[in-house]
Amino acid sequence: MPVLEYIEAIRLAMKEEMERDSTVFVLGEDVGVKGGVFGATKGLLELFGEYRALDTPLAESAIAGVAIGAAMAGMKPIAEMQYADFMLPATNQIINEAAKIRYRSNNDWHCPVVIRAPIGGGVFGGPYHSQCPESVFFGTPGLKIVAPATAYDAKGLLKAAIRDPDPVLYFEHKKCYRLIADEVPDEDYIVPIGKSRVMREGDDITVIGYSMPLHFAMQAAEELSREEGIEAHILDLRTLQPLDKEGILEAAAKTGKVLIIHEDNKTGGVGAEVAAIIAEELMFDLDAPIRRLCGPDVPAMPINPPGEKHFLLNKEKLKAAMLELARF
Amino acid sequence: MGKRIVEIVMPQLAESLVSATIERWLKQPGDTVEKYEPICELITDKVNAELPSTVSGKLVKILAEEGQEVEVGKPICLMEVEAEGEAEAEEAGPAAAAVGEAAAAGQPASGGVAAYGAGARQHAAAGSAPADGQRRPPAAPFDPAAPMRHRYSPAVQRLAAEHGIDLSRIAGTGLGGRITRKDVLAAIASGAAGAAAVVTSAPAAAAVAPQAAPIATPAASIAAPFSAPAGPAPSRIPLIEVDEEGAVNHEREYFIDVTPIRNTIAKNMRQSVREIPHAWTMVEVDITNLVKLREKIKDEFRKNEGINLTYLPFVIKAVVGAIKEYPIMNSVWGEDKIIVKRDINISIAVGSVDSLYTPVIHNADQKTITGLAHEIHNLVRKTREGKLTLADMQGGTFTVNNTGTFGSVLSYPIINYPQAAILTLESIVKRPVVIDDMIAIRSMVNLCLSFDHRILDGVICGLFHQKVKEILESYGPDTKIY
Repeated sequence: MPVLEYIEAIRLAMKEEMERDSTVFVLGEDVGVKGGVFGATKGLLELFGEYRALDTPLAESAIAGVAIGAAMAGMKPIAEMQYADFMLPATNQIINEAAKIRYRSNNDWHCPVVIRAPIGGGVFGGPYHSQCPESVFFGTPGLKIVAPATAYDAKGLLKAAIRDPDPVLYFEHKKCYRLIADEVPDEDYIVPIGKSRVMREGDDITVIGYSMPLHFAMQAAEELSREEGIEAHILDLRTLQPLDKEGILEAAAKTGKVLIIHEDNKTGGVGAEVAAIIAEELMFDLDAPIRRLCGPDVPAMPINPPGEKHFLLNKEKLKAAMLELARF
Repeated sequence: MGKRIVEIVMPQLAESLVSATIERWLKQPGDTVEKYEPICELITDKVNAELPSTVSGKLVKILAEEGQEVEVGKPICLMEVEAEGEAEAEEAGPAAAAVGEAAAAGQPASGGVAAYGAGARQHAAAGSAPADGQRRPPAAPFDPAAPMRHRYSPAVQRLAAEHGIDLSRIAGTGLGGRITRKDVLAAIASGAAGAAAVVTSAPAAAAVAPQAAPIATPAASIAAPFSAPAGPAPSRIPLIEVDEEGAVNHEREYFIDVTPIRNTIAKNMRQSVREIPHAWTMVEVDITNLVKLREKIKDEFRKNEGINLTYLPFVIKAVVGAIKEYPIMNSVWGEDKIIVKRDINISIAVGSVDSLYTPVIHNADQKTITGLAHEIHNLVRKTREGKLTLADMQGGTFTVNNTGTFGSVLSYPIINYPQAAILTLESIVKRPVVIDDMIAIRSMVNLCLSFDHRILDGVICGLFHQKVKEILESYGPDTKIY
């Protein structure tokens, strides 16, 4: 099985879906001629022409609005937000239109749009190029939200998102683009939306998270296994909305000690909801307080390197938190 | 050679003790103390004891006042000692252990000396070991006073309840000695600590006992029915009825506070009944000849020895003789093995209207009937006067209970945990019996035996019982008692 980079998996998913279904097209800032600022849409213009790889003005509300309209008219658009930080002008389109149209029209209309947005820091991007805005959209009924951590899931989830009949927000971590590479099968497959995945089996502590920080957890888990004999059970949520409740409860019950991690800031984040689900359903299986290790509640990622390092999760922070919970 | 300060900590005086109360300080700050010299008197719910110093030095500071209850492992005073390198501090550990060494099971006591000041090098050498681990004596299974020891998570409580795990008996590996879910899972897997004590009503137990005859011996009270509850049964603590004004209704009932000794009795009885599958058997013994012997010598014995000659030393002698023949009777269930004790130490039940003690005749097999009579007399006297020492109370391997003294002819004794069996001597009564097809009036007595059916079965107990009977029936007017 070929090993693909995360970004290549995303590109391949779009290419294959565009080949498979002529109603699929991409639009966004610099997605056509340039092939995207990160190169995610590279070659699509050459392969599919300018009508299926649309360069748009610098107007996210327009990108989202055009995509939503096209989707309601029968197309399957993939709208790219150059950075998730720029997505906020589009929130009205996404939350008020895309998320609600099926409900509002009593199933007469639906909106099979995919909105891709790179999230996360660690690239010296500072306040406008590093945010994780999941919590802005999380908790909006009518939206599906996915956030893959591996190349396999990146491809499978994007394909599932494109084929989904309703709006899906696809948060890809820009730090993963070229850092993460894993085996991706040649044949067509999807990763079902709404299903978490156990990344690592263990019986001492459970780590639940999504996207990039899971890789720090995996590294920390290997060290803890080697040095302390602590075995971490690691669950990748993969889909943030709807959350895989069964998967979460099963993983939490496995050890009774739960650490929830994400790069988005702690207050009001996805982890709060995961913690609440566990607290509601699993009281008698808990062996320790549910813990969260997340980005700090500060307005933005600092641009200075020490500040950025301080803000971000890393292997050492994960290891310390996991060890502390294991010892509890 | 410099001075350094060491802590003397409350030792684990017996396996089940978690704390003790300082009754009186025998040494004051400034006093010079030799190693093993008593520094204070301790009261526990078992016995009172003097605490010997674990080191030679000068008492610097008393940390626990008289009357203060101190948890095992917590410091009670500071001593200034000569700094002789690390060896001294390490040596101090076993010395403290000597205090509680008699603690039956031979478990090293958790008394120890935590050195600091000049001894800080030890801490440094220990590197990353957690600080509280330093205080913990290495051999102790766990520290019952650890700060998180009694903080049970929902998972721990649920698992313990589902599997009948007694949390007080398993070690906590979590932070601050907390028992983790994995600790409970391990206990379930190993089958250890399996039999959890079901919470029965302590006040109710106390209420039963005073109604028993002069010597209330729960070990034998047929009047105190017990049902061995299986699994985590719902608590049977009766509700205290409170009327609408919130006042307790004192008209129809009243309360008796549970004393420490009552609590200990309740705990031990519960543990025995929960853990040991009791089986029971009885033989009747014709002791007509023994009665004749006693009648013949009792006045002279009284004159020579200054004490009364009872039947109990004869029975103990017979029991010891039978144990010699069947040593398995003198054993303890050790889960994966049976521990047979070489020393024959006979516990005797000594009761009053509201309490029961089981002091021990050590090496009973090395004593004559007269020697046993003196031992019994001394132990009974010390019990009545409240002067039993820890040594008097520990090391028992088999129990004999003279239930006949309160008129019983048949009893079902509860085994003195963790021993393998208990034998009762019932009332001696004259009865018509058939001997060689003729009816004769004979002095008959019943000997009842409860035994641990994990260790012992009917055949071996039958042989043992017959041996006791045989020895007792062999006593006659010519038997030597010296």
